[in-house]
Amino acid sequence: MASSFLNIVNATLDWVTATLDAPSSRAIVFGVPIGGHLFVEVLLFLVIVFLLSQKSYKPPKRPLTEKEIDELCEEWVPESLIPPITEEMQYEPPVLESAAGPHAIINGKEVVNFAAANYLGLIGHEKLLESCTSALEKYGVGSCGPRGFYGTIDVHLDCEARIAKFLGTPDSIVYSYGLSTMFSAIPAFCKKGDIIVVDEGVHWGIQNGLYLSRSTIVYFKHNDMESLRNTLEKITVKNQRAKKLRRYIVVEAVYQNSGQIAPLDEIVKLKEKYRFRVVLDESNSFGVLGKAGRGLTEFCGVPVEKIDIITAAMGHALATEGGFCTGSARVTDHQRLSSSGYVFSASLPPYLASGAITAIDVLEENPDLITKLKKNIAVLWKGLSGILGLSLASNPESPIVFLRLEKSTGSVKSDLQLLEDISDRLLKEYSIFVVTSKRSTLDKCRLPVGIRLFVSAAHLESDLLKASESLKRVAELVLKDHI
Amino acid sequence: MITIPYLTALSTYFSYGLLFAFGQLRDFFRKIIDWWQSGDLQGYAPICLGLEDFYIRRLYNRIQDCFGRPISSAPDAWFDVVERYSNDNNKTLKRTTKISRCLNLGSYNYLGFAASDEYCTPRAIESLKKFSPSTCSSRVDGGTTTLHKELEECVANFVGKPDAMVTGMGYVTNSAILPVLIGKGGLIISDSLNHNSIVNGARGSGATVRVFQHNTPSHLEKVLREQISEGQPRTHRPWKKIIIIVEGIYSMEGELCQLPEIVAICKKYKAYVYLDEAHSIGAVGKTGRGVCELLGVDTADVDIMMGTFTKSFGSCGGYIAGSKEVIQYLKYTCPAHLYATSVSPPAAQQIISAIKVILGEDGTSRGAQKLARIRENSNFFRSELQKMGFEVLGDNDSPVMPIMLYNPAKIPAFSRECLKQNVAVVTVAFPATPLLLARARICISASHTKEDLLRALEVISRVGDLVGIKYFPAEPSKQETNAIKLE
Repeated sequence: MASSFLNIVNATLDWVTATLDAPSSRAIVFGVPIGGHLFVEVLLFLVIVFLLSQKSYKPPKRPLTEKEIDELCEEWVPESLIPPITEEMQYEPPVLESAAGPHAIINGKEVVNFAAANYLGLIGHEKLLESCTSALEKYGVGSCGPRGFYGTIDVHLDCEARIAKFLGTPDSIVYSYGLSTMFSAIPAFCKKGDIIVVDEGVHWGIQNGLYLSRSTIVYFKHNDMESLRNTLEKITVKNQRAKKLRRYIVVEAVYQNSGQIAPLDEIVKLKEKYRFRVVLDESNSFGVLGKAGRGLTEFCGVPVEKIDIITAAMGHALATEGGFCTGSARVTDHQRLSSSGYVFSASLPPYLASGAITAIDVLEENPDLITKLKKNIAVLWKGLSGILGLSLASNPESPIVFLRLEKSTGSVKSDLQLLEDISDRLLKEYSIFVVTSKRSTLDKCRLPVGIRLFVSAAHLESDLLKASESLKRVAELVLKDHI
Repeated sequence: MITIPYLTALSTYFSYGLLFAFGQLRDFFRKIIDWWQSGDLQGYAPICLGLEDFYIRRLYNRIQDCFGRPISSAPDAWFDVVERYSNDNNKTLKRTTKISRCLNLGSYNYLGFAASDEYCTPRAIESLKKFSPSTCSSRVDGGTTTLHKELEECVANFVGKPDAMVTGMGYVTNSAILPVLIGKGGLIISDSLNHNSIVNGARGSGATVRVFQHNTPSHLEKVLREQISEGQPRTHRPWKKIIIIVEGIYSMEGELCQLPEIVAICKKYKAYVYLDEAHSIGAVGKTGRGVCELLGVDTADVDIMMGTFTKSFGSCGGYIAGSKEVIQYLKYTCPAHLYATSVSPPAAQQIISAIKVILGEDGTSRGAQKLARIRENSNFFRSELQKMGFEVLGDNDSPVMPIMLYNPAKIPAFSRECLKQNVAVVTVAFPATPLLLARARICISASHTKEDLLRALEVISRVGDLVGIKYFPAEPSKQETNAIKLE
């Protein structure tokens, strides 16, 4: 081996000396002996040209063969569609055997219902039932088509006009479901790149709308105007481009997750200072707040034109279903082709639209409904003062009375368990139906959980006193070890 | 697949180009006037932006009268269309008190439950009186009544799954349930022509979304193999789970899903199947149980079955049916169950009664007759249209049949001419279909009589000649092409 290698080396050396000694290499060009290196340089040059002409080296691509893909597919084990069922997932809500009015029947027993957002007590209202019945007879139940394709029934247009007239806006647009109103309206106006400043306590419908809009989302502290001011300041001062982007503030009038009321007058001041548009969800304030029930704008004395987009669900105070969005003619018209929940969904069943019209009529004719509701809220508040272990977290004027634990156990799950114990015992022992604020795993709201009582104008004073008394008693029993 | 003729494509592009150029010109002048008057809000970016707004203002508004026509009766086989007029070049439309009685070829009233029904309506009214129009509460709080329980049992039984959950709106069913089932690290493979609610649901879930060619199982298999072998992008971790989403009948194409093939592929690659039966439940199949029944697929092989009640049942809302565990989990955490008002009780009763009629539990054979009728009507109407030389999409047995129009000018022409002759048809343009593939869509109902259909055919044929949309030669050669297709 070694000798043959030596032989090759020797032969090469011989060859190199031979070439260097060749006559050509000894040539003298213009009086300069070139001594053979020209030859080497030419050779090098050729090698470089050759290498440059070659493609750069890439590791050979070896796509997976069919067999390998087969094996990989065979190997792959998917997770199960849902996580294993735990005990808390097996919760079954109480089943009502009657209408969800202030007094409902559960398990054959009459209970006082604080679980329905029937603020004006319109469930079971004579006039409402009448108008729904005649609409049912005339139009059938469903509308069998989206608004664009013969799903527009004259009552829808009447309903839109009625809402607009009631609120004093140019026009409104009716959606077929309360939850879809927000998550369709927001993406219709907010696109990638726009800035949305939003309260951290907003409900899931808004959260989903924000996510679908793909805008830049900045949260501020729940109902904290100082935090909102700082956030707006930071955004507008730091970002020069912000002037060219569409900017929105999204708030709820009465927060479903806490019962707090947004201070709209301050928000409007800030909005005008920093030139943001305001999107306001009036789901729990429409028909409730303000002298005539026109919602938060009336309550705070803000002209309705100052709010750019107002949305609300009709499944609360109006005791029908669906939702609406109102604002300038431009705002409503734009949604008729750009809002996915409006364009791609069957329209609201006509009897519900007709019910909504009647509900607004009833509200306008009976302003005492609102005074009664206010009085009921006050009675409940008074009754609940000094309750042990729980604290009233909602605004004293809010129709949602929100009780949360004074001292959290540290985890949402065990908090909820405690609260659920209270509501269970209330239902079983005292026939008072209250609910806890359950939360979906998709919900990003981090506000503390609590017990929610929806006060209605149809609750009797005795109901409210009974409820507060028994709630106090049960809370003391359940939270005895906890306090 | 739709193959658009070369010349038609060219003229369609030309039309849109012209509309676009004119629109831009008008916008240009509008800008000058606005600047001169300078009435714009200072310091705010315009609330409506870009091409979308331009499309609405300059293209859609011109033919706005063809969409959203108000009606003043139930959407039955014949209905009253309210006439409208405009004083500002179609920018706004005002209602008049005049109505015209038209033949309804637009509503999704497949089984004819939209109008008052001798069995359903009295029961719905009874429920209205007992339960009121709304519960004002979500299902998980105080919105569950005995009626809701009954409805869920009834639906589960009807679609052939162990359990079901009902929500108040079909759109929300898709868009609120997909994010619960799948999230980051999961993969959704969706048909390219799936409904917007699925698209929104998939987008909202945070999972990776891939698309396969419309109704092409072989392409689905290709995508599946590719995705499983490569795993997640960048990290190359294996996918947590894969959900395939298909629809039973595609509402804009009228095509039936190739479900048996797709289910076989999903089984082979361990992907979950999510079937949206919005248009097919109640409308097809021997007993109205949807595409699974029609195409002979075992419902046990479809993991999640979704559908709506707005179409065949003449009500509102949507359902999800699946195994007991899946439904239990969804009820625990689905936002539509936790936060949204429950289905309106009379609507729930309407669904229960409609299902009873379909199954013959009302003691008559009306349901069976309705099902036989819609099948006959659809197949008759489709074959007649094809004989006339229209380009009709979709499969036999499907009650949805789109007729291709292509040119933007033909959209209002077809719609207005038909309306003049008291036939109300739906025309579909850009946001719902690709720009080039504008179409008219006809939905057949079991409540149409033979005379209605003959009348409709006569009108459509006349208008078709007038507008020039018979893209194929009439009868004889058509049968040959059919024969070739069948082979």
